[in-house]
Amino acid sequence: MSCPPYARPLDLRDGRVDLGHGAGGRAMQQLIAQLFARAFDNSELGRGDDGAVLPAPAPGERLVMATDGHVVSPLFFPGGDIGSLSVHGTVNDLAVMGARPLWLAAGFILEEGFPLADLARIVASMAGAARAAGVRIVTGDTKVVEQGKGDGVFITTTGIGALPAGRDPGGARARPGDAVLVSGTLGDHGMAIMAQREALGFESAIVSDSAALHGLVETLYAAVPAEAIHVLRDPTRGGLASTLNEIATQSGVGMMLDERAIPVAPQVQAACELLGLDPLNVANEGKLVVICATESAEAALAALRAHPLGAAAARIGEVSADSRCFVQLRTTLGGRRMVDWLAGEQLPRIC
Amino acid sequence: MKYVDAFRDGALAAGLAQAIAREVEPGRDYAFMEFCGGHTHAISRYGVADLLPRTVRLIHGPGCPVCVLPVGRIDMAIRLALARPEVTLCTYADCLRIPASDGLSLLKARARGADVRMVYSAADALALAERMPEREVVFFAIGFETTTPPTARVIELAAQRGLANFSVICNHVLTPPAIEALLAAPAADSPGRPRLAGILGPAHVSVIIGSAPYAFAATRHHMPVVITGFEPLDVMQAVRMLVRQVNEGRAEVENEYTRAVTPEGNRKAQALIDAVLAPRPQFDWRGLGSLPASALRIRPAFAAWDAEVKFGLEDRPVPDHKSCACAAILCGAKAPTDCKLFGTACTPETPLGACMVSSEGACAAHYNYGRFRDPAGA
Ligand code: SF4
Repeated sequence: MSCPPYARPLDLRDGRVDLGHGAGGRAMQQLIAQLFARAFDNSELGRGDDGAVLPAPAPGERLVMATDGHVVSPLFFPGGDIGSLSVHGTVNDLAVMGARPLWLAAGFILEEGFPLADLARIVASMAGAARAAGVRIVTGDTKVVEQGKGDGVFITTTGIGALPAGRDPGGARARPGDAVLVSGTLGDHGMAIMAQREALGFESAIVSDSAALHGLVETLYAAVPAEAIHVLRDPTRGGLASTLNEIATQSGVGMMLDERAIPVAPQVQAACELLGLDPLNVANEGKLVVICATESAEAALAALRAHPLGAAAARIGEVSADSRCFVQLRTTLGGRRMVDWLAGEQLPRIC
Repeated sequence: MKYVDAFRDGALAAGLAQAIAREVEPGRDYAFMEFCGGHTHAISRYGVADLLPRTVRLIHGPGCPVCVLPVGRIDMAIRLALARPEVTLCTYADCLRIPASDGLSLLKARARGADVRMVYSAADALALAERMPEREVVFFAIGFETTTPPTARVIELAAQRGLANFSVICNHVLTPPAIEALLAAPAADSPGRPRLAGILGPAHVSVIIGSAPYAFAATRHHMPVVITGFEPLDVMQAVRMLVRQVNEGRAEVENEYTRAVTPEGNRKAQALIDAVLAPRPQFDWRGLGSLPASALRIRPAFAAWDAEVKFGLEDRPVPDHKSCACAAILCGAKAPTDCKLFGTACTPETPLGACMVSSEGACAAHYNYGRFRDPAGA
């Protein structure tokens, strides 16, 4: 039973976000009820309380919590938008911990003047991504900042997942001899965003790989013993290069990769050439890095490849003993080089 | 990418490497300078040095426009952007992180409120000026002959369109005078400085100026030159051609990059540059000092689009960081690891010298790609 407090519905066609939508009064209530609650539609959120009451995990399971802020520009890009991205980002942070993602909290920072129609699109996309991933957005928060003080929409999502017993992937667990796998082509998301943002006008539009990875992770755990999976990561900002350097540093090991084995889509490669970027430094939003015991590597690879999100999975190298924690690469040419952290921001070269 | 892959093929590279190994003569030292930062990048990025015999040494030259740009020029741009709120300063990405005086860079000036933006091309800068008639758009132009024609073109277009809110800080430099300076300097015989046996000539620059302007190196300095493309197999092929010239006692300008370079170059582009830009009597180079007729300025006829004139900008020379060895590195006298600051105070995140800024710089290339070769603990 609820009392209808609003005389007129929210104008989702021509309306715009104004400061009232964040002021805690009727307008904010209206936005939450007519947009967020309707789109995310679940009983926890529907109660309208300050928090969500959630059931305890099954015996033996532990809880995993992760949070992620999203500030992407442009808000809509080929292959996704900030809404679906904000769901995938946190779902993936949970998934690479080995957890089954269950619940999300969403915080919105909206800029005054932002079209409600665009917000509705973003919210619908979030709801769709959450439904597809089997997670529920059970609580949230909305703030509005003055025009010029935001970039349309910022979304922070916080997630909780359940970690089944026996799973314990962690960045410090890579051991010399382990195999390094990736679930598909690298650099798609970052290049899709860059191509849109800089209006580079590539003939073949590059599409973001934004996707929820927990299904892929479950497939992997079904195929190989849990203890064989040492590290899982999603190589987002900083790309594969930064992710592998992070792991190498955490584990106190080195890595040797084979450039010929690393999958990169031809159009992403071409765009990178044009801008003088290295696809290994470019962001991904739907790719998984797996470091596993070498005897399980082939089974893991086969499991990844059998999943739609891992069709182009590849074994790209192995973990080595190296006190300096260097990630190295055997180049297509047959030489060697390091693959280093991204320095500062990813900036294209001059000529 | 089929076209490009053909120039990175491991089997072809192995074949070429064997051929080079067969041709090098025992007891001879083949020190070749890759003039251009694009080559430095390709060599490190693909690990080309691993495929060459020990006696073939590749030495980084001064051909990275970011590395040779004197700090005073960046300071000038920063001063303008900070002092004039109506100015939007735009430039290529590489320039944004160049360390300037007072711990600043263009990127840091932006954090302090200056309107600094990255553009991909001179044309983008011009378009920005047309989109924002209420702002003064200043394009900080940098580069060798490769990026010069687009700069000349936007100045010409701005003049034709009477675009009053657009101007350029012209920092374009010229390749042949830099090579001349390297070869003629008495320091060529100074300790630590390798005796060059040949030069890998730049590809894109030569597309514009052609191969003829390098003739002086061969005739006056008896220095073999091979103009070569930026693909790793191009570089290896050029090394082989240089090895042959050395073995045969020849000094000629040869062209490995015939798919794009002709002896006379691109006449149209040259005419365009000549119409809009003229040599500066002197220009400071980081590492090489002040060189005559080695850079370009905007001709007086286009003074309205010359930011230096328009805003009365002053070029105040700034000495390099005391311990920075960039100057010695740019002329081959030192390697990055010879610099006390390398990898400690000076890293790609905290560049103290310009060689650490662009991935085409010798220090950044070694730091990002080649550090594993250094002895452990270094
Ligand atoms: S390491 Fe840094 S300070 Fe030293 S020479 Fe290179 S750029 Fe200059």
